[in-house]
Amino acid sequence: MSKLLHRDVLLQALVLGALVLAMVWLVANVQSNLERQNINSGFSFLSERAGFGINQTLIEYSEDSSFARVLTVGLLNTLVVSVLGIGLATVLGFVLGVARLSRNWLVNKTAMIYVEIFRNVPLLLQIMFWYFGVLRNLPSPREAVSLGDAVFLSNRGIVAPALEMTAAAWWYGAALAVSGVAYFWLRRRAQFLRLADGTAQSIWRPLAMIAMASLAFAALLGGVPFSFDIPAFKGFNFRGGITVIPEFVALLLALSLYTAAFIAEIVRAGIQSVAKGQREAAAALGLPDNTALRLVVIPQALRVIIPPLTSQYLNLTKNSSLAVAIAYPDIVSVFAGTTLTQVGQAVEIIFITMMIYLTLSLLTSFAMNRYNARIAVVGHKS
Amino acid sequence: MSDPVIRINKMNKWFGNFHVLRDIDLNVAAGEKIVICGPSGSGKSTLIRCINRLEAHQEGEIEVEGLTLDGSLKNLEEIRSNVGMVFQQFNLFPHMTVLENCTLSPIWVQQKSQAEAEKLARELLERVRIPDQADKYPGQLSGGQQQRVAIARALCMNPRIMLFDEPTSALDPEMIKEVLDVMVELANEGITMLCVTHEMGFARQVADRVIFMDEGEIVEENAPQTFFSNPENERTKLFLSQVLTH
Repeated sequence: MSKLLHRDVLLQALVLGALVLAMVWLVANVQSNLERQNINSGFSFLSERAGFGINQTLIEYSEDSSFARVLTVGLLNTLVVSVLGIGLATVLGFVLGVARLSRNWLVNKTAMIYVEIFRNVPLLLQIMFWYFGVLRNLPSPREAVSLGDAVFLSNRGIVAPALEMTAAAWWYGAALAVSGVAYFWLRRRAQFLRLADGTAQSIWRPLAMIAMASLAFAALLGGVPFSFDIPAFKGFNFRGGITVIPEFVALLLALSLYTAAFIAEIVRAGIQSVAKGQREAAAALGLPDNTALRLVVIPQALRVIIPPLTSQYLNLTKNSSLAVAIAYPDIVSVFAGTTLTQVGQAVEIIFITMMIYLTLSLLTSFAMNRYNARIAVVGHKS
Repeated sequence: MSDPVIRINKMNKWFGNFHVLRDIDLNVAAGEKIVICGPSGSGKSTLIRCINRLEAHQEGEIEVEGLTLDGSLKNLEEIRSNVGMVFQQFNLFPHMTVLENCTLSPIWVQQKSQAEAEKLARELLERVRIPDQADKYPGQLSGGQQQRVAIARALCMNPRIMLFDEPTSALDPEMIKEVLDVMVELANEGITMLCVTHEMGFARQVADRVIFMDEGEIVEENAPQTFFSNPENERTKLFLSQVLTH
């Protein structure tokens, strides 16, 4: 017994020692190679001037900004396309997943064909399709497709009127906040009354009255709360309004349409995993179909849906790095791409980029696991 | 005999091309206890599932307490709130506690207050002898306990008719008795019961009538004494000899 134990400890110590030696050799090797090629190491490059422009920046950025700023701009661009993509893919995926179970032949088959097409064509190809195949083939700004002379579609992207708030907007914000608070209060009160003495009452009439009263009050105090900055064609391009670049639209479309196909299958599997007897028991108890779906089927389906759904969210976020193929300025494109070419410090830059993706993924997993734990079923082996 | 609470007239049902129920005629009086038996695949489960329209029949008529089952949603809702059902696989909702399982229908269908529904549920859990399990989840209970919760859940709607679809077939032998005891007690309280089961002891003890089905037909129906001691049909004799010699 103790002889065996000694041998185990010795073996493990040997393996650990070998691992440490390998690491030391690797670090020393990288250092000597970098020195021989006159490449700097360390993170001081982050404060240097970037010297290149980026075509979509959510925060202040110019060519004089630092590489650290480039990193932030790229990260925000990754985040905006991922978060919007996750939202769109989830909504579309749930609709398609339920449609796949529809008894209506047309609805069912349409959803099936969608899933089979978008799931089986490589994502990179889909990104290229939307970008080179569709959006870059739109007319030039001079001949832009105009929707009501306010929104313009061209090969430079979508230009739409920008909403500019005036000071009066605060009054309307306050009115909306009041209505929101009233909604939650009324709902809680209705639920409380419902469970306390069984009376059911609609909350919509008092809510509508509160909302209209508070909005009328805001209008009286503030007047019109916003103005539009409508884009106009001047010289060679549009001035004013807000522009959504075609790279963003293509990437967002491709990511959400592709991921929605997978989410649809996950949702379908989740709903099908709820035993037929559960619906029958709910029906035998007299529950109407929609109540049974809400209180019996969906809570059980979610247990099956959430873990693979989390993987899809992570996949979508990581897949957004394919942005590099159409030069959408995400973190890989501007930091692990342009910045790396200019600075040459591959080890540091790739390390930072990997750490950022790792952090994003772990945060997403953490949030989803918390949610999953909340809806888990007690007393079940799984 | 007073007006029947369930009236089935020349009812036929097919699953695809398979003719599961053939020309079923059956009247059930208020308070009557009926046991339905027969070999597997004879259509006995399908028959009682037609009574609350978990399965839809294609020909003939079914009337429950004067309301016709014909696809009218209003009639169906009315009928389902007066007919309780207990399944072979219990079909408790695993994500809800025992108490929540029992109060679901009173709160959402009968619009009772939570306090009222919980009071009723606790009374009925007492009646099926598991008052102390109210806050547990179904997954934490034994099969016999789960089936008794399922009976309490069905009773919470205060139904006048109870349907039992092989309530003891999925249970370990030592748990069958605790469920049957509850069912016998229920039978003695005057509720109308239709029970698909192979428990012939139970049939002898509580049934007013025993029905034997084979290949989608009602082959024979009789009071239990006559049914067991003096079966008329050859198929009934064969079936009884197989069931009773075990």
